[in-house]
Amino acid sequence: MNIPYTVEIRPDTGLANGKLGIWLFLASEVMLFGALFSTYIILRNGAAEWPHGELSVPLGAINTVILISSSVTMVMAWASLKMNDWAKHRLYLIATFVLAALFLVNKYFEYSDHLAKGEGPWHSTFLAIYFTLTGLHGLHIVGGMIVMAYFIGPGAKLWRANADQFANRIEYTGLYWHFVDLVWIFLFPVLYLL
Amino acid sequence: MHSDHGDVHASVRKYFMIGAALLIFTGITVAANLMHLAIPLAITVALAIAITKASMVAAVFMHLSDEKKWIYGALLLTVVFFIVLMSVPSFTNMDSIGRHEPAIGGGEHPAGH
Amino acid sequence: MDNVSSHGTTAHGHVHEPPHEHAHEELGWWRKYVFSVDHKVIGIQYAITGLLFLLFGFCLMMIMRWQLAYPGRPIPLIGQWLGQARAPMGIMLPEFYNQLGAMHGTIMVFMGVVPLAVGGFGNFVLPLQIGAPDMAFPKINMASYWAYFLGGVTMLLSFFQRGGAAQSGWTSYPPLADIADGQTVWLIGMVFLITSSLLGSINFIVTTVQLRAKGLSWMRLPFFVWAQLVTSFLLLLAFPPLEAAAVLQLMDRLAGTSFFLPSGLVISGKPLAVAGGGNPVLWQHLFWFLAHPEVYVLILPAMGIVSEIIANNTRKPLWGYKAMVYSVVFIGFMSFVVWAHHMFMTGMGTTMSAFFQTTTMIISIPSVVILTALLLSLWGASIRFTTPMLFALAFLPMFGIGGLTGLPLGLAPSDIHLHDTYYVIGHFHYVVAPGTIFGLFAGVYYWFPKATGRKMNDLLGALHFWTSFVCINLVFMPMFIEGLAGMNRRMYDGGMQYKYNASVLHWNVVQGYASWGLGLAQIFFIVNFFMSIKWGKAVDRNPWEATTLEWSAPSPPGHGNFLTEPIVYRGPYEYSVPGAARDFSPQFEPEKA
Repeated sequence: MNIPYTVEIRPDTGLANGKLGIWLFLASEVMLFGALFSTYIILRNGAAEWPHGELSVPLGAINTVILISSSVTMVMAWASLKMNDWAKHRLYLIATFVLAALFLVNKYFEYSDHLAKGEGPWHSTFLAIYFTLTGLHGLHIVGGMIVMAYFIGPGAKLWRANADQFANRIEYTGLYWHFVDLVWIFLFPVLYLL
Repeated sequence: MHSDHGDVHASVRKYFMIGAALLIFTGITVAANLMHLAIPLAITVALAIAITKASMVAAVFMHLSDEKKWIYGALLLTVVFFIVLMSVPSFTNMDSIGRHEPAIGGGEHPAGH
Repeated sequence: MDNVSSHGTTAHGHVHEPPHEHAHEELGWWRKYVFSVDHKVIGIQYAITGLLFLLFGFCLMMIMRWQLAYPGRPIPLIGQWLGQARAPMGIMLPEFYNQLGAMHGTIMVFMGVVPLAVGGFGNFVLPLQIGAPDMAFPKINMASYWAYFLGGVTMLLSFFQRGGAAQSGWTSYPPLADIADGQTVWLIGMVFLITSSLLGSINFIVTTVQLRAKGLSWMRLPFFVWAQLVTSFLLLLAFPPLEAAAVLQLMDRLAGTSFFLPSGLVISGKPLAVAGGGNPVLWQHLFWFLAHPEVYVLILPAMGIVSEIIANNTRKPLWGYKAMVYSVVFIGFMSFVVWAHHMFMTGMGTTMSAFFQTTTMIISIPSVVILTALLLSLWGASIRFTTPMLFALAFLPMFGIGGLTGLPLGLAPSDIHLHDTYYVIGHFHYVVAPGTIFGLFAGVYYWFPKATGRKMNDLLGALHFWTSFVCINLVFMPMFIEGLAGMNRRMYDGGMQYKYNASVLHWNVVQGYASWGLGLAQIFFIVNFFMSIKWGKAVDRNPWEATTLEWSAPSPPGHGNFLTEPIVYRGPYEYSVPGAARDFSPQFEPEKA
């Protein structure tokens, strides 16, 4: 039995199933991070004072550059497939994976720096929300890396069997990845700068 | 799939341009931070830049500039509830009966709203 | 929107199967019945697990009812096995009463009603009603069930940890929930259940939007499908904030943060050693942002089921189908902006109280529209009093009582008096127990023939209905009296310690007997359920002479559901069409020339 519209597009909605599915998933993610940003606003408004300059702006800025670059390589990994350039696709997808790993390494240095000073999440409301937001964002990075690793490794076989479906899956992975980038675009000023 | 090979070729240039623009905006937001603006202005500038960057990612990388109505619909609904979630708890917090007194036992708790 | 012609050819339809797909027709027992990707098997798994949890949650309540009726007397039968930590000498400890209360709520809402209503009926019926071969993402569907299963097991195991299960109510308000025993495992269980709901809701929405059969335009959808679609949007967008809140509470408990702990908190005379600066009301916002839409997650599928059954057994079209559809969509939208009517007692000012009172009064309008439409559908009908119809008919006044008693709670001045009394318990139980659960029983009796090919026994069904109906009202109606007398809802001794309760205490005994009677009444259902699987009257495809698409598939439908690609020719409730040969004109039968 085949599920209709897994690859081909349903005429009246103009969509394949996966495209709508991933966007709905991202919609729920918006609400997840929305709740945490709302928490941030309420805690900050209720605080007697809010710390400034507790985080390293250079490290945060470097991570922003890394994630933005990874978004470019991710969209190129998909565009290469559309142009039938398998070698380039591999290159860009692996590059995205490596950039994601670099992000986490950078994050590890930030975390260990704080913890070495005894400034864990228990230390203040600011650090509590900082560790929670960046930790959850970091888990999303790890999730994205697992999916990418799958498509670099065993998932790559699908390209030969069904090129369109493989390109779709890379597109959906990309949508998720750009969303993770998009969250960071807000996290960086909110936590590091303001 | 939404475009043939020709379209994708044309888009590649756009993707790199947007990537470069995002990096430039990151530079601007860090530079603005170095100027030590007053808090309300700093928040406005930083959020304005972040929203611009986020819109570019969403519109170009996520192809939202050209999507189907079901996706727009779902996202519109999400945006509405997102705004409710961001604003209403804060409004409710601000609209409290009487003045804020330290809740239990005193301490350095809330300075006014 | 779409009609037969806009779909184009059958090239992409379900009947189109590449030859290699036939290779794995024969699945092993494990793949077929346990780790199945077939929406019908998953639906039945959800339904049976949900029913078992409903039974278990109800058993917790029957134990609590003993304590309320006879405080301090040893619990008969099972008291001796509960252990020193829960009930020494069979006498219930207050801590154990709190655990039972918290877990009764959690189990009934998140592991009983929602999985049965959405996971069970949604999975089994929705793809059949829209003419789809399966859900859009069958593997994600399976993952959704197993995430639910893991969440359920986690919750059950929490009874056996040191300090027992969660005891801060199903609402888990901090600061208490931040410091009380058992809560950590509750939160982990909730993360599983929330994940399950998210996976399920994405699947339902995509399936409804993408896999409708040819000719099944939006205004031809059965009302049940509309109800499930709106429910799925509620789950999709309202659950993530609770997931965020659960993460924050876990951080408070495990990482020593104080998101929900204000500065200067003193517990048992000792200052609590945390950084402070948190906001306990923040939890209430995030919790009720989910939990109020959750109320509609509980009620909408039941409304959908009841609508199907009423149309079928009145042999008439639903009165005001379009108004019902618009109402259900409007309810879904409004349910996101009413949540703080649960929080009038948090010190919220008059401006926001007025806002939430207004939205609450507005959302009652579409609910009344739906209920009125269903009531008017009965007008002038020659009703078939089948077992599902008995439950569906009882749903109307029961949900009506539940809804109307909610109005005084939605207005701050009266809510301040009634808050945290048994009146509140009576109100929401009328909505969920004789309301939703009766609707769900109606659904079980109605779709049982489709799932098994056999009908359930009508005599046992009638016995089940009448005994349940009498008992359940004797349990919940006295709660309004107790509540108006001011009895607090959380007293482990039934309120005996306060003199002002003396005039209503005797109701606790009545409610006790009624709830045990309600327990006995379910034996009719359990016997009927298992007996009918084997010996029920065998039926054909369409035993109820119904019009919607699920009745065109074989009973039970095989993998892939339909033998030929279903095509829809008309609206969902074309009963007693003038000039037609029979009193029902199914959606799947073409017009005769």
